[in-house]
Amino acid sequence: MASSEVARQLQNDNCRPLSLSGHVGFDSLPDQLVNKSINQGFCFNILCIGETGIGKSTLIDTLFNTSFDDRVSTHFQPNVRLRAQTYELQESNVRLKLTIVNTVGFGDQINKEDSYQPIVDYIDAQFEAYLQEELKIKRSLYNYHDTRIHVCLYFISPTGHSLKTLDLLTMKNLDSKVNIIPVIAKADTISKTELQKFKIKLMSELVSNGVQIYQFPTDDETISKINATMNGHLPFAVVGSMEEMKVGNKMVKARQYPWGIVQVENENHCDFVKLREMLICTNMEDLREQTHARHYELYRRCKLEEMGFRDTGPENKPVSLQETYEAKRHEFFGELQRKEEEMRQMFVQRVKEKEAILKEAERELQAKFEHLKRLHQEERMKLEEKRKLLEDDMIAFNKRKAATELLQAQAFASTPSVSLKKDKDRKKDPGFRLELLCFDVRDHEIVSVQEQSEREKLERDRISHREFQK
Amino acid sequence: MEGQPVQPAPEETPRDANPANVGLELFGYVGIEAVLDQMRIKTMKTGFEFNLMVVGQSGLGKSTMVNTLFKSKVSRKPTGPSYEERIPKTVQLQSVTHVIEEKGVKMKLTVTDTPGFGDQINNENCWDPIIKYINEQYEKYLREEILISRKRKIPDTRVHSCVYFVPPTGHWLRPLDLEFMRRLSKIVNVVPVIAKADTLTLEERAEFKKRIQKDLKAHGISVYPQEDFDDNSDDRILNNKIRDKIPFAVVGADKEHQVNGKRVLGRKTKWGIIEVENPAHCEFPLLRDLLIRSHLQDLKDITHNVHYESYRVQRLNESNRLALSPINGLLGKDEVESDL
Repeated sequence: MASSEVARQLQNDNCRPLSLSGHVGFDSLPDQLVNKSINQGFCFNILCIGETGIGKSTLIDTLFNTSFDDRVSTHFQPNVRLRAQTYELQESNVRLKLTIVNTVGFGDQINKEDSYQPIVDYIDAQFEAYLQEELKIKRSLYNYHDTRIHVCLYFISPTGHSLKTLDLLTMKNLDSKVNIIPVIAKADTISKTELQKFKIKLMSELVSNGVQIYQFPTDDETISKINATMNGHLPFAVVGSMEEMKVGNKMVKARQYPWGIVQVENENHCDFVKLREMLICTNMEDLREQTHARHYELYRRCKLEEMGFRDTGPENKPVSLQETYEAKRHEFFGELQRKEEEMRQMFVQRVKEKEAILKEAERELQAKFEHLKRLHQEERMKLEEKRKLLEDDMIAFNKRKAATELLQAQAFASTPSVSLKKDKDRKKDPGFRLELLCFDVRDHEIVSVQEQSEREKLERDRISHREFQK
Repeated sequence: MEGQPVQPAPEETPRDANPANVGLELFGYVGIEAVLDQMRIKTMKTGFEFNLMVVGQSGLGKSTMVNTLFKSKVSRKPTGPSYEERIPKTVQLQSVTHVIEEKGVKMKLTVTDTPGFGDQINNENCWDPIIKYINEQYEKYLREEILISRKRKIPDTRVHSCVYFVPPTGHWLRPLDLEFMRRLSKIVNVVPVIAKADTLTLEERAEFKKRIQKDLKAHGISVYPQEDFDDNSDDRILNNKIRDKIPFAVVGADKEHQVNGKRVLGRKTKWGIIEVENPAHCEFPLLRDLLIRSHLQDLKDITHNVHYESYRVQRLNESNRLALSPINGLLGKDEVESDL
């Protein structure tokens, strides 16, 4: 019913400029933005790569004019590890969340083939964490603690000759992932002339090996000149020190030698001030932007392409991410179902097998039971017969007894000698009778006399065994 | 000692390496605050974008208001008496883009007008084209954002603020106003203003405002500045002051007249000249300050962080719980299995 027509009269670049006839007031926009950022705080993450003892921690302390962590690491680390620490600094109204990542054990191993791998993995892990957060459905990017490395300070040993192979290898692997600023550490061990030659050699080596180090941006007029000159001074030769010494009438940070004092903040002595200028005062924002806009985007693109997502389909038609997800999802779903079927089949089979076994066992048991029952019955029948016989015997005996009693009564008057015999007989008879009684009582157990005697024998044996054991 | 297996693992604990972020004192000047200047320079170089939408019935002075705000002929509506304005049969949206510059700060301003809104006899669903337009802009931005190789600076056409013109009846908000504001305050920052406020006396104005505020609260409509997004107590105090005065009673004028020897923008009537920029006459300066001088960045931030994010969440959830994360999509075994 109601249709909407958006009539966009002017497209992006052909916007008509308009002149204002008075003061509108949006020139306060940059200030508004800055105020918001102040409220939110800033994040800056520095990665320091260098051999143990080259002065990474001292330099960072000097750069930020504070003492961070005092832990000195040993030279006997089996692998390169990274140690990250976060600090909150505040200067006037600016809050900075500074994370310093140090490499522990870099260059100490005998076999340094894999030294750079943990570093690359760490940087990738930070990008990955950010990517994950960005791709979540419910995300909160604006108060996400950004841990992506914004700048990497690479400390070069002041040999005076050239780059070490390890340095070259590491920098080559990192230059597409992070902004690298190479610095010559412990620069107070090189003389001025040597330093010049060293710098030239280093830069030419880097260029010839295709290592892309961070160039200070020269597109903005306000800082292009100073940045251009600084670009010519790379790599910076730095000296770090937190100890203060009295020089002239001021207290300055310096290192004292028997032959003189090396002042950290003296531009003639070392490039520390230049480094601090460039890193913090002039280009911090640019470093962050480059990390986000260039390195992170590259990582994201590579990662997503790896996963198989494309912007344009095989016929060069733009494929929305949506369709690719659908396809992938169907594929995955199908695979899942197949696996499930498989598992189900296996389960069913196992159950069948188990059932068969159980049935077998049941049948066996049943057969056994039947067999035992039959045996039982036979025994019972036998015993019944025996019992009948015995009863018959009993009746016969009773008859005989009655007869003999009669005879006895008749013969009582005649001879007593017969009574002895009768006594004997009588003695026997109660014994026999007793046995019969006993048999009766135990009749319901259906245990034959033979078995009973055997049992008694066993019992006796057992007792004697036990006594023997004792 | 012998035979002790050493298990190396890179210590990757960026966030909670130290259980508490150590706050350190700086011994001397470092130069961190120079980052503010760097930021300022950078933003001045890239310039700003601002997209404004004005909604209201025809004849309420929307175009004049925009011209007054930006002190230039942003919307070219001829105001001569011979002009016949045709009320369109349906709600249309017309956008005009200009680049304006002041003291080195460049701004790309886009003003979207909505002729035909609320002008029909049956105004049901007249807000639909507007909602559709706003969501289209969000969609455009979302598409750009999820591209694999995306632009460095995604062009931002999302509506940052919608100024809603309330006719000066002096009574209450009409059902159309309530419906519109209710729906739109969920997806965009709505700034209601009382148009043509020179028809109300100061007392009538105050009454009207109170009633409007009560109405808005009763219906749960949260207009800009929203209470939920106050960052800290300073912001809250400032915003509370603004909230007391919402909606601003404004008068627009783009002609200049002579008053006491000065040239001022105003409306000349038989009974006097209404000075637009005089805070005693109308609240136009307050509106201008809110929109441009003090809260412009805030409007953009809330649009980006709140409204755009909620659109994104809704959109991504719509596609069958298809997580936008390729990682989640492929490893979403747990997710998928739990549904089965």
